[in-house]
Amino acid sequence: MVPSALNRKLLRDLVAMRGQALAIACVIAAGIAMFVAYLSNFGSLENTRQAYYERQRFADVFATVTRAPARLRDRIAAIPGVSVVETRVVADVVLDVPGLDEPATGRLLSVPAAGRPRLNDLHMRSGRWVSADRADEVIASEAFVEAHGFALGTRIYAVINGRRRALTIVGVALSPEYVYSIRPGELVPDPKRFAILWMEHDSLASVFDMEGAFNEVSLGLARDASADAVIADLDRLLEPYGGRGAIRRAQQFSNWSVENELTQLRTFGFFVPLIFLLVAAFVLNIALTRALALQRPQLAALKALGYSNRELAWHYIKWALVIAGAGAVLGIALGIWLGSAMLRLYNLYFKFPLLAFDLSAGVMLAAVGIALASAAIGAFSAVIRAVRVSPAEAMRPEIPIRYRHSAIETAWVRRRLSTTTRMILRNLERQPVRALTTIVGIAFAAAILQVGFSLLDAMDRLMTNQFSVAERQDMTITFVEPLSPAARFAVSRLPGVLRVESERIVPVRLRAGHRVRTLGITGLPPDPDLKRPMNRDLRVMRPSREGLVLSAILARVLAVAPGDVVTVEVLVGSQPTREVRVAGVVDDIFGISAYMELDQLHSFLREDALLSGASLIIDPARERELTRALKQQPALSGIAAKHVVLENFRKTMAENMGLMLTFNVAFAGVIAFGVVYNAARVSLSERSRELASLRVLGFTRAEISIILLGELAILTLMALPVGAVIGHVLTALLVRASESEIYRFPMSLTPRMVALSALTVVVASIVSGLLVRRRLDRLDLVGVLKLRE
Amino acid sequence: MPSEPDRPAGTPVGPPVFETVGLTKIYTMGEVEVAALRAVDLRFEAGALIVLLGPSGSGKSTLLNILGGLDVATSGTVLYNGVDLTAADDAALTAYRRRHVGFVFQFYNLIPSLTARENVALVTEIVDHPMRPEEALALVDLGHRLDHFPAQLSGGEQQRVAIARAIAKRPSALLCDEPTGALDLATGVVVLEALARANRELGTTTIVITHNASIASMADMVVRLADGQIASVEHNVTKLSARELIW
Repeated sequence: MVPSALNRKLLRDLVAMRGQALAIACVIAAGIAMFVAYLSNFGSLENTRQAYYERQRFADVFATVTRAPARLRDRIAAIPGVSVVETRVVADVVLDVPGLDEPATGRLLSVPAAGRPRLNDLHMRSGRWVSADRADEVIASEAFVEAHGFALGTRIYAVINGRRRALTIVGVALSPEYVYSIRPGELVPDPKRFAILWMEHDSLASVFDMEGAFNEVSLGLARDASADAVIADLDRLLEPYGGRGAIRRAQQFSNWSVENELTQLRTFGFFVPLIFLLVAAFVLNIALTRALALQRPQLAALKALGYSNRELAWHYIKWALVIAGAGAVLGIALGIWLGSAMLRLYNLYFKFPLLAFDLSAGVMLAAVGIALASAAIGAFSAVIRAVRVSPAEAMRPEIPIRYRHSAIETAWVRRRLSTTTRMILRNLERQPVRALTTIVGIAFAAAILQVGFSLLDAMDRLMTNQFSVAERQDMTITFVEPLSPAARFAVSRLPGVLRVESERIVPVRLRAGHRVRTLGITGLPPDPDLKRPMNRDLRVMRPSREGLVLSAILARVLAVAPGDVVTVEVLVGSQPTREVRVAGVVDDIFGISAYMELDQLHSFLREDALLSGASLIIDPARERELTRALKQQPALSGIAAKHVVLENFRKTMAENMGLMLTFNVAFAGVIAFGVVYNAARVSLSERSRELASLRVLGFTRAEISIILLGELAILTLMALPVGAVIGHVLTALLVRASESEIYRFPMSLTPRMVALSALTVVVASIVSGLLVRRRLDRLDLVGVLKLRE
Repeated sequence: MPSEPDRPAGTPVGPPVFETVGLTKIYTMGEVEVAALRAVDLRFEAGALIVLLGPSGSGKSTLLNILGGLDVATSGTVLYNGVDLTAADDAALTAYRRRHVGFVFQFYNLIPSLTARENVALVTEIVDHPMRPEEALALVDLGHRLDHFPAQLSGGEQQRVAIARAIAKRPSALLCDEPTGALDLATGVVVLEALARANRELGTTTIVITHNASIASMADMVVRLADGQIASVEHNVTKLSARELIW
């Protein structure tokens, strides 16, 4: 079919302004790429997780006890709604890993020698299952084995009940319980120093004096079972044996972490593309308004020829749709690439058997639909305004535009302004709406850059502050069992230990009405010097004598405020349940926490001054000596050195958020360039006649460039403060939207980041100015003057 | 809108195509009201070549715009083949322009991104029973420049493309606002020849605005306007051809 004359006009108009069309398409592509990358990964992660959980029979309810007899299992199985019960023995031990100076943590989990666990089955990667007659065999987690480059048959050493025992790796596996695994007390995965080890049940039980007993139970529920009812029954059964409160799947750490990531993907996948597409619609509106202003005589002629408003409106809307279509195609391609890169990162710390990028048709269709819709929205008002032109205008010569003296031109000022400056000012003032739209467009580019830079900066400051203000210790040690105060002196006598601050952490369940969270209450000295609760604004809080200090997000989750009362169910010892007042909240960054003064906590538990761990300041010169000594300590279950934690966190964050934010910044650069380039091109085509006339009168290229680019420079400068404000608001919105129980970004507004975004916009402006300047240099003087467009 | 009455080509004079009664147009410019037309009564015969003469501001463009459905009168009536245009709404006026009138503008108003043939096709695609674009362009002697863009054509050629575009729909009326205003003498003659030929061969009522009095000699009827009113109406007994005009 031969395209109609009008469609051919459309095509040629687009080709003629390909630079601008491309710039707009790129802005749309940036938004669509984000949308596709985030939402595809949301889908990939969600589907992979679901299939994996199903295949490996991931449990619905998890509970920990001190020591329960094996016979209890039948009574648990009899709880209405329970379909499968699996019990096991679990213990954390210190590992001595070949090639690693400092001690690592190993989590030993028992598995049956014959057959597979009924719940939370392993996904074997290589090697074989443990055999019943070999007590030293373990199956190790893939992340740990890969981090060290171990082969099957490698021996590692565990300190179990004070004795160093060799363990041989006979198999490598993944587990649905440890898709995301973190060493207790750390912030990011450190597969080198945290191993999950599966051991034959009887061997493990005999070592830990757990023969005929278990300390962990997982349940699979019937489809219609009420998890709350089952948990209540289970807790009642386990209570006499030191039950610490069952949790449901949603609260299981690994699953909860994946869930948080999914929520964040969805938030970002909605929020970030929304901003980009709004800006794209906006830029399109400006570009089209101006392009249509140039086409006024053509529009009037077409109307005089008998084309209806509807036909013409559709003609120009199509113009926007073609650009959006190109942007969508480009964006989907870019999104696939970005999404795959993101997924490679996920594979570094989410351990699934296979996590592959999966672009669903739904996401793709939605992307195209959103791109077209935003373009149509952007184009609509511009087109409607333009087609309202009276057809009689085609019969009239162009009316000179009405100019006036600009507002700031008092007689005194006017004498001091050059003619070119006056031209610039009057041109700006003649069309205030247009000047304003350009300012807002450029401001949005600056704002998006600022969001990206601010989050990068926030991340960095989050790190620095966490470790220089909130956690000033060089090392944290955790005891297997709470120890008497004497342990403090034992620790202080270890080589290189300069200072010791003791800590008591008690696992509890906090309850406020129907809202529940399981966590540890941390008991701290009245005026802690090393480990201190810190607000996002860096204010340090003291633990209270009067009650609990809760993380702000925890208070929000429990819907309590200072003065309210929460129920504390202690999950160890005699398991007392008490009401405690909330004394304050701390708007902290990581996780959910509850703090209490150490003495208060002891009296609350009616216990002696026990310690569950300590924070240390050490002599860096003797660190190696100290870690060697600690490796031999049977009473320790965990050792975390600050520099290792910090390094790990930096690496993970740099890999993960670094990639996303780099893309944000790159895309914001595209927007800045797109807006400024469009503004410059439109001004050029509008004023080429005027500028050519000036050239004929003897103005130099540089002089006419100043008229055109000076206007752009003024608009850019005016846009910068507006951008800083919008950027601040958007950052605040994003910080809020991305808050999770795992971590919260601190709000960051630093002059450096504002300056950096402003500078990037200025550079984008200069580059587009130079591109337009090249066209200005090639201005066809005779041609321009002859042609009445 | 009425359908175009069947009329053999070449009939010089017939029933009125346009008839205006008390046609008045007042423009409000700020606080000042300017009367562009004051109670104009006119009859234009079908198939005639009419020239509107008058100085700038005499109201001739306003009259042409109202006849062509580009503008609406403040008061009075305009009848096109007996139908009142003053009662028509925007959609009806669009349809009227689409089916019945062809326009030729002083500045050609071609779409710069379309070739000569495509500029004509712009019209032929939206009307029933048009000429082929090639046919219309051949009528104005541009059969050899079909695929040139406006920028590749001289001013006279561009204006002839505009005429071809206007006549391709076989309009009842061809309205031309200063069609030679932007052209030199020799080129103007070629354009006028093209207009006269279209009038002669297609029988299209043709109204030409000009302030060049010598063009009046090629018209059937000459209307002089001054200050929004009719100053005189003349009927030429013998018409000159465009080449015979004395400038």
